[in-house]
Amino acid sequence: MALLEVKDLKMYYRTARGHVRAVDSVSFEIEQGKALGIAGESGCGKTSMASALLRLLPSNGSYHGGSVVMDGKELLTMSEEQFRKDIRWKRISMIFQGAMNALNPVHKVGEQIVEAILHHEDVSREQAVKRTHDLFGLVGINPKRFNEYPHEFSGGMKQRAVIAMALACHPDLIIADEPTTALDVMVQAQILKSIAELRQRLNLSMMLITHDLSVIAQTCDSVVIMYAGKVAEYGDVVDVYTRPAHPYAMGLVNSFPNIQAARTEVRSLPGFPPNLLAPPSGCRFHPRCPLADEECKQVEPAVREVGGNKHMVACHKAEIVQQGGDIWSR
Amino acid sequence: MVAMTAIAKNELKRGDVILQVKDLVKYFPVRTSFLQSLRGKEQLAVRAVDGVSFDVYKGEVLGVVGESGCGKTTLARTLLRLTDATSGSAILEGVDILSRNHAEMKELRKKLQVIFQDPYESMNPRMDVQTIISEPLRIQGIVNSVNAARDIVASVLADVEMLPPEEYMSRYPHELSGGQRQRVAVARALALDPDFIVADEPVSMLDVSIRGEVLNLMLTLSRSRDVTFVYITHDLATARHICDRIAVMYLGKMVELGTADEVIINPRHPYTRALIGAVFVPDPRHRGFADILRGEIPSPVNPPSGCRLHPRCPHAIDICRTTEPEFITYEGTHRAACHLAGQLKPRQA
Repeated sequence: MALLEVKDLKMYYRTARGHVRAVDSVSFEIEQGKALGIAGESGCGKTSMASALLRLLPSNGSYHGGSVVMDGKELLTMSEEQFRKDIRWKRISMIFQGAMNALNPVHKVGEQIVEAILHHEDVSREQAVKRTHDLFGLVGINPKRFNEYPHEFSGGMKQRAVIAMALACHPDLIIADEPTTALDVMVQAQILKSIAELRQRLNLSMMLITHDLSVIAQTCDSVVIMYAGKVAEYGDVVDVYTRPAHPYAMGLVNSFPNIQAARTEVRSLPGFPPNLLAPPSGCRFHPRCPLADEECKQVEPAVREVGGNKHMVACHKAEIVQQGGDIWSR
Repeated sequence: MVAMTAIAKNELKRGDVILQVKDLVKYFPVRTSFLQSLRGKEQLAVRAVDGVSFDVYKGEVLGVVGESGCGKTTLARTLLRLTDATSGSAILEGVDILSRNHAEMKELRKKLQVIFQDPYESMNPRMDVQTIISEPLRIQGIVNSVNAARDIVASVLADVEMLPPEEYMSRYPHELSGGQRQRVAVARALALDPDFIVADEPVSMLDVSIRGEVLNLMLTLSRSRDVTFVYITHDLATARHICDRIAVMYLGKMVELGTADEVIINPRHPYTRALIGAVFVPDPRHRGFADILRGEIPSPVNPPSGCRLHPRCPHAIDICRTTEPEFITYEGTHRAACHLAGQLKPRQA
């Protein structure tokens, strides 16, 4: 059984002009010890999904159906008290976007982690301090820096501290939202390497949210490509990257230049994502899609399996896309 | 189209040297207290650009690549005279940019234009597209009204593939997507028919899916109009695909310079190698990070002795700690500043 099963999850934001369907019937699973990447352009609902899973909705956000099941237990109907006590941080923790700002500047870094442990677990302060020292060692920070403030840490160090905090209560699943976006390439590589090693050592599951498909290619087992609040394609990373079945997934994969490849044109994906207050009819991607026809404009494609191995896609033309022709060349 | 007045238009051919930068230095003084200065404490400085020399050829796209704090943006701002250099020279078509006075600089800006990083910050939200694009023409006195610039605006909008141009002329920035805004920024830079454009991280604020549009536009313009581009970026992967040559900077120094193939396929400098190894490949069948360096970029206030990379370099030997390596030319035009550059084994593909 999967560690986490998300089914038909819908989370909308209420605005003066109607509902913004940020997460609209999204389904996927995460297995114990595996990493799932969530990818898409800005505004496709990636970060909204993370907050929906942790039940950290902004005041105008609400659930409109679907379920999130962890080890057979439904998380969405659980009382807030129980969710806070049993799930948030103890089973599912999070590495936030912009970790540089996720630490409180007026408290010592070590103390902030001790505080997180004491808040969630019934242990003595000594035990929490000891664990924090261990966590520092685990993520590659010298434990002597326990008493330093965030401004004394470099960007990469702060990111490591935030990872240590996410690991503080031995969670099973870590949700990492753009964990390395603000960092330089070299530090980015160092951090992602550390995360990969930690995952293996602790048998951690991870959900990695990023716009960067190359990061997912290097770190994840499976991938969900989201478009306008919906799942466009979902499957094993090798399947999705090498035999994409959705025109959007294919265009997105193509637009990432490969430094190891011979010099070519840098590809792009024309157009921009729709306004989620009034998404296009039928397939939400149809206004940007080179294969769109009448059916695509009117009928919303169901998520279906193509070619086995749980490779799922929501596209009427998946078979044409998978034939491998270059549908995006103009 | 545009009458050149004070500066005669040199007839340079593709591939001639258009800009020659020599020993360019930019230090930013670190503020010290009055008391400290009374005590005769040495004045500290951030050595943002610390002795950089290179040539740029007409019609090429030169990538300047490095991590934050390596001095690439300061280099760009110094060449544009948005900040004054501490010393050195930068000769653009026979004229030293760095020693021009204010009036001469205004004249020179007809040839020398810029594209900024953030298309959300670099345009006046209260101006429409034709006002934005015609502003440099009005400032230079080439036209005296927005209307008089209509033809030029339409032609540069067509150059950046915003068609039909009339459709976009009266739109405001908020009515455009990020990619469209950046095209308008390119059009504005083109309005004066410049020879030389500095683009400082022109696509880093855009979604990856549309970066290619703007980058390919730069490449196309460099070919069709012989415009020279200096493309400042931290993204080695895009530089590999759109630049003719790539320069790599580390802590205020240029450490490697060569054609895109020379630098990417056969990097001479350990830092370039590490930078290439740290770039993620969007292919799950090829995993792993090679040659990543330990630690982070040190403070440019007090850079390491000898070769600035030595504390992080896996190959460092004694001479690296004491003697600064020269920026030596190897085969052809390939240059690198490393004592061991001739001895490193080729990178595995």
